[in-house]
Amino acid sequence: MSSVSSAAPRSATVPEPKGFDAFLAIAMVAVIAACARALFFTPIDAMLGAAQKIFYVHVPAAIIGLYFACGLLFISSIMYLWIKDERLDRLAESSAEVGLVFMGIVLVTGPVWARSSWGTWWVWEARITSTLFLWLLVVGYLVLRSGVESIEVRARLSAVMGTLAALLVPFIHLTVKLFRGMHPEPVVLAPEKPKMPPEMLMSFGLSMAAFLLLFFALLRLRFRWATLRDARTAMEAA
Amino acid sequence: MSAPRLSTTHRPPSYLADAWRIARKDLLIEFRTRSAFLAATVFAVLAVVIFRFTWDPTAIPAMDLAPGVLWVIFTFSGLLGLNRSFGLELAERAYDGLLASQVSREAIFTGKVIANLVFVLCVQTLALPAVALFFDLPVGPSWGIIVAIVLLASLGLSAVGTLFAAIASNTRLAELLLPMMTLPFFVPLVIPAAQATAVVLRGQPIAEGMAWLKVLLAFDLVFVFACIMVFPFTIEE
Repeated sequence: MSSVSSAAPRSATVPEPKGFDAFLAIAMVAVIAACARALFFTPIDAMLGAAQKIFYVHVPAAIIGLYFACGLLFISSIMYLWIKDERLDRLAESSAEVGLVFMGIVLVTGPVWARSSWGTWWVWEARITSTLFLWLLVVGYLVLRSGVESIEVRARLSAVMGTLAALLVPFIHLTVKLFRGMHPEPVVLAPEKPKMPPEMLMSFGLSMAAFLLLFFALLRLRFRWATLRDARTAMEAA
Repeated sequence: MSAPRLSTTHRPPSYLADAWRIARKDLLIEFRTRSAFLAATVFAVLAVVIFRFTWDPTAIPAMDLAPGVLWVIFTFSGLLGLNRSFGLELAERAYDGLLASQVSREAIFTGKVIANLVFVLCVQTLALPAVALFFDLPVGPSWGIIVAIVLLASLGLSAVGTLFAAIASNTRLAELLLPMMTLPFFVPLVIPAAQATAVVLRGQPIAEGMAWLKVLLAFDLVFVFACIMVFPFTIEE
């Protein structure tokens, strides 16, 4: 298999583990700056009050966790079954784990906002329920990964699960959507809906960019870690 | 029962005949030992009884609780059978023999799905009357639609469950992993099935539950096909 034969020469150029990651540092600073702007330099929403500030964390985390991370997980799983490149497997693994963190942020900030706005911590509503199921699905995916020792078998089996998960998501969404929802409709990319004032939109855009930076920094770090681990496993096996 | 054909003349392999032979083998083993079937049915009846004791009939009408109970039991008792499906093959390395035969991977998978489908349906033919009896449900006029719901949900559960049983059998965690992987996949089966059952039991026209039946049907079509496609990837080459 090509992936096995290519592993040996590449292990010579394995990236060295570093104590300091400049990309991650920049991303952290950007996130802190974006949060500071959202907290102190953005007007308080007249209707929703100060609790609306959670929006600047909740929505970027949701867009990144649910669309970017899960999208990457699904695409790299399907691609792995097709071309069997072990880097795709590491990408799937990394995006699953980083995505889990972002979805976790969504599931924690959501109830905090819901408590002050809806008066209840949790509601069985379509978007929330879908996110929870997706979170559990990714947990299951990562537990499956932890249950297999061999790199090749782990990659193959988890790619099968990732591929089926990609098919499952529309069904989960459809199923829970057939229950009526009370989640606020998206206000970011909906041209006909009431718009956010420009200051808020600017803050949102900045925090979206900052969280996107953080996502790619963490993904890169996690991917490198997976490369090192696989290289070490291959060296120990040899 | 007809005697197994032992002729050595070569016949071209036929997909469905192969699948049926695999299914028959599994069902025959199950019929002779009855271990999983006994475990699953006893579990199902016990679960119904326990649910009945946690339920206050003056607070919640039976009609609102029973569909949920039925489909939760259906899912968990199905899992008991699925675990066995590939565990059976891994003992004594029987799986290697199966893979070395000229039966195609897809036919092996289809056979396993058929065996699990029959298993789940058998458990359900006992669990369904148990729920109807203990919860005093008026199943009478609508049994045909309930059977259709059971068939649709069982097919989806067997296809996805068999695939994940094959995956889980390759891991260290084996049966511990199966529920964790499959339960999210059963969401678009259990919720529509429970909702459609509730519609039928309340005596509402079936048109009101049609959306749920369509979800079930679409799930079956997509996942039976997808699972047959990806099953060969679960096998070590």
